[in-house]
Amino acid sequence: MSTLVALARAQAFAAGRAQPIATVRHLHVQDHPFVLIPLAMAGEANAPLAAMVGTTPDDPRLLVVAQPRNRDERFAFADGLATALVPYLTSFAGDTEAVPVDRGRDVRHRFVDAPQVWVPNTGGVDFLRLFGRSTRFRRVDGEYPVPPTVPLLGQWLTFLAGASEVPGSSLLLNAVQALGMHWATGQSGAEDAHLGSLLAWIESGAAAAREAEAGPVAGPATDPDFDNRVLAPLIADGDPALASVLRELMLPTWQQMWRTLALLRTLPAGDRVATRWDGDRDSYSSFVEHLAESGLPQPRRDGAVAAAARLQRLENAATRYAVQRAFDDPLVMAEYRLAGVAFGGVVTLANPDRVDDTGKRPVLRPRIMVATTETLRIEAGATLTSPARPAQKAKVISITPTGTGWDVLLELSGGMGRKLVADPGTVPLVGEKLLLTTLSEAYRPGVAFPDPTETPWTHGGPPEPYAEP
Amino acid sequence: MKLDRLRGPAKAKRHNARTIAALTGNPGCARRSVLDAAGIDKVKLAERIGFPGSFGQSRFALARGNAFEAMLKADGCAMLRSVLDVGVVDYQDLGEDADDTLGARHDRTRSLLASSTSALIDHPLLTLSVAGQTVFLEPDLIAFQSEGRLRVVEIKSFAVVDGQADAAKVSAAAVQAAVYVLALRELLGEDRVSHEVVLVCPENFSLEPVAVILDVRKQLSTLRRQLSRLSSVSSLVEALPESVSFDVTLPVSSLLASLAEVSARYVPECLSACEMSVYCRDEAAGSTAALGRSVRESLGGVETVSLALDLSTGAASPTPEQEEAAALLRAAARLREEALS
Ligand code: SF4
Repeated sequence: MSTLVALARAQAFAAGRAQPIATVRHLHVQDHPFVLIPLAMAGEANAPLAAMVGTTPDDPRLLVVAQPRNRDERFAFADGLATALVPYLTSFAGDTEAVPVDRGRDVRHRFVDAPQVWVPNTGGVDFLRLFGRSTRFRRVDGEYPVPPTVPLLGQWLTFLAGASEVPGSSLLLNAVQALGMHWATGQSGAEDAHLGSLLAWIESGAAAAREAEAGPVAGPATDPDFDNRVLAPLIADGDPALASVLRELMLPTWQQMWRTLALLRTLPAGDRVATRWDGDRDSYSSFVEHLAESGLPQPRRDGAVAAAARLQRLENAATRYAVQRAFDDPLVMAEYRLAGVAFGGVVTLANPDRVDDTGKRPVLRPRIMVATTETLRIEAGATLTSPARPAQKAKVISITPTGTGWDVLLELSGGMGRKLVADPGTVPLVGEKLLLTTLSEAYRPGVAFPDPTETPWTHGGPPEPYAEP
Repeated sequence: MKLDRLRGPAKAKRHNARTIAALTGNPGCARRSVLDAAGIDKVKLAERIGFPGSFGQSRFALARGNAFEAMLKADGCAMLRSVLDVGVVDYQDLGEDADDTLGARHDRTRSLLASSTSALIDHPLLTLSVAGQTVFLEPDLIAFQSEGRLRVVEIKSFAVVDGQADAAKVSAAAVQAAVYVLALRELLGEDRVSHEVVLVCPENFSLEPVAVILDVRKQLSTLRRQLSRLSSVSSLVEALPESVSFDVTLPVSSLLASLAEVSARYVPECLSACEMSVYCRDEAAGSTAALGRSVRESLGGVETVSLALDLSTGAASPTPEQEEAAALLRAAARLREEALS
């Protein structure tokens, strides 16, 4: 944990209230999200007990499995969930927009909006992933047929769970993580995992949070005490009261989910959030296309090439996400300043017309001097950027200690127009406050991977073609 | 003996692999060492002093665990044999028994294991020395003996799906298995007991068993290190005043006074591992450790939240060792203020 977030936790403890650790919202919030609270049966491998689902706060729909070990009931539950969820997910596959590709020589189309599903916590995400795994290979014919909605639900859940692993994706979000990214409480991360308690720290404070701990859990695991005292007799007797008991148990979490969304909406979205949502719309669009074309279920495990490519995509996404958050949010950038890889300073000298003519062609290379009092872990030769001028590079020529800090001499390139005289406003003026960092938004091309059909034998050879299980 | 007196007339709680794993999870905590050594019922104690936790187990989970185990052991362990691929060997169940016959069962365990015939040995009773005390381990495992070498077999009811299982559950199972390996090695010697243990779990979404081999060498060395760090309980207990007692029939005020005599070391991990955690958390409020190890480290290892804050505002002047931490805290406070203003 960074010292900044740790300090925020300490401040939250002293204040008895959660403290902000972000000044903007770092995720996309859909105008019409789908909230899904799964409850699992203790002990079973991913047996659903109930789910509360819906798209409006005052209209929760409850799905219940009265006999969690009964196979037919389980698939009736999956069918019910599919009936509620899948039409929502496909409802965004309507209007498309053209996106130029191949440097404008071609266009492709993507949907103008995409779905967004919210679960309470990472346990909810894991539950959906496993539920997707247990349903997507089901057969609609043969000895144990299931309704056709079931394998389709499985594929959608697998898609969403996969998307949630991509840093910065907003297709499947969980409330605990979303809140924890924007507020620090005065308790430990382990205690923050309880949605009711975390939300209470933000909305009302420490005392309310302690009280919330005693309240109902947000699933998917149920409280053992609840299992033994309440649930077991209801299930044993096939008591029709089960549904109303579960509804009462889940309603507080349902409300907390919508309050979480409302809280997040109070924060302005970061500038780069929309770009990441574009990426989400891209992956939604291609998944819809996949379903329309081959529609094969995702494999149990990725082959070696697919796994390596995916890992690299995730790493790239993580780096990009970290940099974008810092560029969007001074409070996140502050962490890099504390670490000495970003600094704030004032321009003390500027030579905006400097031209370097030592090369074949003369090029515009203005120089500026920035004075800072902050810690620096940057050396001469490094390339810096400023969030205010992301297209411009600043090469560190020298760093000279002064009585109170450092004078950093920088040579600028890019983002100043095409002429040998900089466009107005593109070179920082004397007296301007600047933030500079080694973080860069520049695109890092990935390594080329072999075609999956050419997977070397050392990595398991080419993946088996899909076989009906 | 003084330890028994600490407990009063109540029956002593016995150790099992889970409690040893939890104990070694926080080796610096004298309070837990003492309470465990004296066999105190911590659930009862916490309830009595008004800080109950929830450490129950769901009966659904228990039922499934039992059903899975019963299925494996039915017909002379037919299914277990086939998943372990051990062919026809003896099956010996040493059973359960009362406190006063533990010694006898331990002797039977020892002689059976020493005989080195191929067999599946269920419910062996083991001992382990913990904090200078020899404790019996409430057994919940099978030892598979073949060609003079023993392997620990643990039956768990969490699912392995596509070769993967809940990481937290696997690592808990590995630590517990390591406790058994350690105890078996104490009994029989290092080289008789394999560091590879077999985990038998249901596969995918069925009850079909699958056997997974786990190498617990890492867990073994951590466990050894932590056990050696457990301060000797007898000297801890000797140092306690006569008045200290955790007899749950005593008034709450005197129990609280007794607890205050034994120092604790609360960390948030206690919440899932120790029955005293709600009380200890309350007691530790205001310490940086209560916010989590990483928070404490990021605050420069400063003990209390108020000192960390005072250092960050300059209201407190740092000692020479705190200089560096204080500078970082001041910079952090300044940056937070700048970004939030
Ligand atoms: S909860 Fe208390 S007694 Fe238990 S290990 Fe933690 S500090 Fe020690």
